[in-house]
Amino acid sequence: MARLAGRRMLFALPVLLVVTFGVFAIAAASPFDPVKAYAGTAALGADQETLDRLRDNLGVDQPLTARWWHWLTSALGGDLGQSSVMRQPVAQVIGERLVWSSLLCAIAFVLAVLTGTLLGVLAAGRPGSMLDRTVTSLAYALEAAPVFWIALLAIWLFALQWDVLPAGGLTDTASEQVTLDQVASHLVLPAGVLALSQLPWFTLYVRQGVGDALAEDPVRGARARGVSERTVLLGHALRSGLLPVLTLIGSRVPELITGALLVESVFSWPGIAAATVEAATAVDFPLLAALTTLATAAVLIGNLLADLLYGLFDPRVKLSEM
Amino acid sequence: MGTEKRSQAAWRSVGPNRRSTRTLRLRTSAVLVTATVLAVLLVPPLVQLDQQAVDLSAKLLPPSWAHPFGTDDVGRDLLLRCVYGLRVSLLVGVAAALTATVIGTAVGATAGALGGWADRGIMRVVDTVSSVPHLLLGIFIVAMFRPGVWPVVVSVALTHWLSTARIVRAEVLSLRSRPYIDAAVSGGASRWRVAVRHLLPAVLPQAALAAVLMVPHAMWHESALSFLGLGLPTHTASLGTLVQTARGSLLAGQWWPTLFPGLFIIVPTLAIAGLAGAWRERINPRRRSELTL
Repeated sequence: MARLAGRRMLFALPVLLVVTFGVFAIAAASPFDPVKAYAGTAALGADQETLDRLRDNLGVDQPLTARWWHWLTSALGGDLGQSSVMRQPVAQVIGERLVWSSLLCAIAFVLAVLTGTLLGVLAAGRPGSMLDRTVTSLAYALEAAPVFWIALLAIWLFALQWDVLPAGGLTDTASEQVTLDQVASHLVLPAGVLALSQLPWFTLYVRQGVGDALAEDPVRGARARGVSERTVLLGHALRSGLLPVLTLIGSRVPELITGALLVESVFSWPGIAAATVEAATAVDFPLLAALTTLATAAVLIGNLLADLLYGLFDPRVKLSEM
Repeated sequence: MGTEKRSQAAWRSVGPNRRSTRTLRLRTSAVLVTATVLAVLLVPPLVQLDQQAVDLSAKLLPPSWAHPFGTDDVGRDLLLRCVYGLRVSLLVGVAAALTATVIGTAVGATAGALGGWADRGIMRVVDTVSSVPHLLLGIFIVAMFRPGVWPVVVSVALTHWLSTARIVRAEVLSLRSRPYIDAAVSGGASRWRVAVRHLLPAVLPQAALAAVLMVPHAMWHESALSFLGLGLPTHTASLGTLVQTARGSLLAGQWWPTLFPGLFIIVPTLAIAGLAGAWRERINPRRRSELTL
């Protein structure tokens, strides 16, 4: 198990290296000028000599590979550079914001998995019924709906019309301290919307998996033995139908990050996804490069998790053979 | 008793009842796609109304007969703005989907036809690119090249060719062992001729299906980028910029400038998915149960 995890990590490392290099290559091909970005409006009044010195200090004229190597080696030492838009070291930005993003994503994900499983089983239990059709159609409509649009409509309904939940932020603007109940009430809308955006996929896959499992021989055998319908559904079909879904959970990380990017921006949630959008708007390259690398690492860890879960839950798969 | 009821339900679900809902879905999708295409193609040349016409006396009117979708914060008719926005979003989506399909088909067919280490190398690249979340890569590209129509098209195309490459490669691999390919090779056809005359035409239906399904994805991508302020300029009406500019009036309590552009994303997406699903059932009936979207 540990050996497999280690081997998979070794495969993931080159991918991460290539992605960081790609990030630098795209930046080098673009019209983006690090000197102007660093100096900001001060560059307008500066004379050529100062700019040249700055250019030299920043090492802009070095070849692409040298700049990349420099970034990589200092990143391994914990120095990710200086974020211009946050006016902080990049490592500090990530350190302060990662916990809020993780909290939001974890709660939304658990919510989506639980609700999706429940709805999927209910729908698969009576294929073609009113409930099944309602759940399926709603799931397709939700899958097609942009998450930022759902988020805005949720703000309109819950924060403006009913005035039951705050429209955004981590705490009320008046409060100085971050307290638990403040965070909890501010978390409801973003987490709910993010869960809603992940829900259709789980629901449809669970419905599919359980529906397929209901047509298999063990289920037919159980029914022939007179096992109750509830036991057939929960004890037999759900167990084998949930397997492919469970193992795919890890591979949903990209969609979760995409959802978080939009949800955090709409709700001004102080996480790293919202910071990514701010960094992109201000062309803050050091922050963008670090966050892109971080997101890729998260995706790779998710894939690793998916592989391991597959081996753990499916006794037919031998971990040593993967 | 319960089992009996279930088996009846299962029987009915594949019977005439199920078929009629499927035809209904197909017809609704076809009508909606036709309506979308007609609206996009015909409204600007035929309807002599200015989508940018500002009328401050009629600002933020709720939906009525004169303005079915209401008006925005400077009194522009939202129905007209939405149609123009759909036109821009759909154009960006189609352009990006076509580019992505060409890249994906070329890469996938090359990998499948060459095989060996070239195939492994190419698919490694595909795996690597796909491990960066699509929207994030798109945001990064647009941020570096500054927002605009072309950076958006390029960033959407560069993040969407991967699935097409995988589909086309798998198809080519399964075709390579067919007798007619063997016949062509033993008849002395060159590698290039086999690829272009025999393999490519055979993978085109799959690639075309992937391209059609990609259009809503690309539209979604464009609207997400535009919504974040990293896509098209705000004065160009696209479905994303419309939702973005509506944020101010939403916080003041007016829901209609936000609601309708979103519906204009959902309806074409569902309609295209419905049509593509029916098409997939025709070219490959066994994969009926698979999810589209």
